[in-house]
Amino acid sequence: MLTILYFASVRERVGRAAEELALPVGVADVAGLLRHLGQRGGAWEGLARIANLRCAVNQQMVALDSPIGDGDEVAFFPPVTGG
Amino acid sequence: MHVRIQEADFDVGSELTALRRADPRIGALASFVGLVRDVSGGSGVSEMHLEHYPGMTDKALAAIVGEALQRWSLLDVLVIHRVGRLLPTDQIVLVAVAAAHRAEAFSACAFIMDYLKTRAPFWKRELTPEGARWVEAREADDRAAERWQQPGG
Repeated sequence: MLTILYFASVRERVGRAAEELALPVGVADVAGLLRHLGQRGGAWEGLARIANLRCAVNQQMVALDSPIGDGDEVAFFPPVTGG
Repeated sequence: MHVRIQEADFDVGSELTALRRADPRIGALASFVGLVRDVSGGSGVSEMHLEHYPGMTDKALAAIVGEALQRWSLLDVLVIHRVGRLLPTDQIVLVAVAAAHRAEAFSACAFIMDYLKTRAPFWKRELTPEGARWVEAREADDRAAERWQQPGG
């Protein structure tokens, strides 16, 4: 099972803050997960095309080609703007 | 080293006093306070909401402070970042760095702020007369963080 979190403008775009998802067959990295989510259509299709989309796996910021596995927490969000 | 994420305001004076009094080796204390402005991108800002990624935020800030502790000889570091609803003139963030001498304290304070602005999972949403909008990340912030990766940075 994956825990997927969406923050800020990305959360508003997909209309969801969090979900649990069984690790889809054939998905081995973040980019693969984005392709899988895009198959839902609608706002999900645009997720992978968000300019400067950022990702964290298990609360560490990583590149979109980073591997993911069962039990991981994956988060998608725009560039950060704190401080 | 202390990292706090909180909705409540903080008192800079008492925070800095507590930090410097804890260790008589401290000869320099540099601090930065970030504030909510009432204007952004040419629009008036009446209020701001700060969202974060609970769980990751503490880890990201601790990692940034940890890197500062490796780069410079520091005696203590305090980072307080507020979340939730904030109004113009409100305090958003405090970074305070204690060291024996000022050079380390100044550099580490700037480094922590530059990395916080590009690596800590906070997002600002501001309310303007045109409606609410997410604050866009600034390229200048990326460049400010990158300068610490140059030789001699």
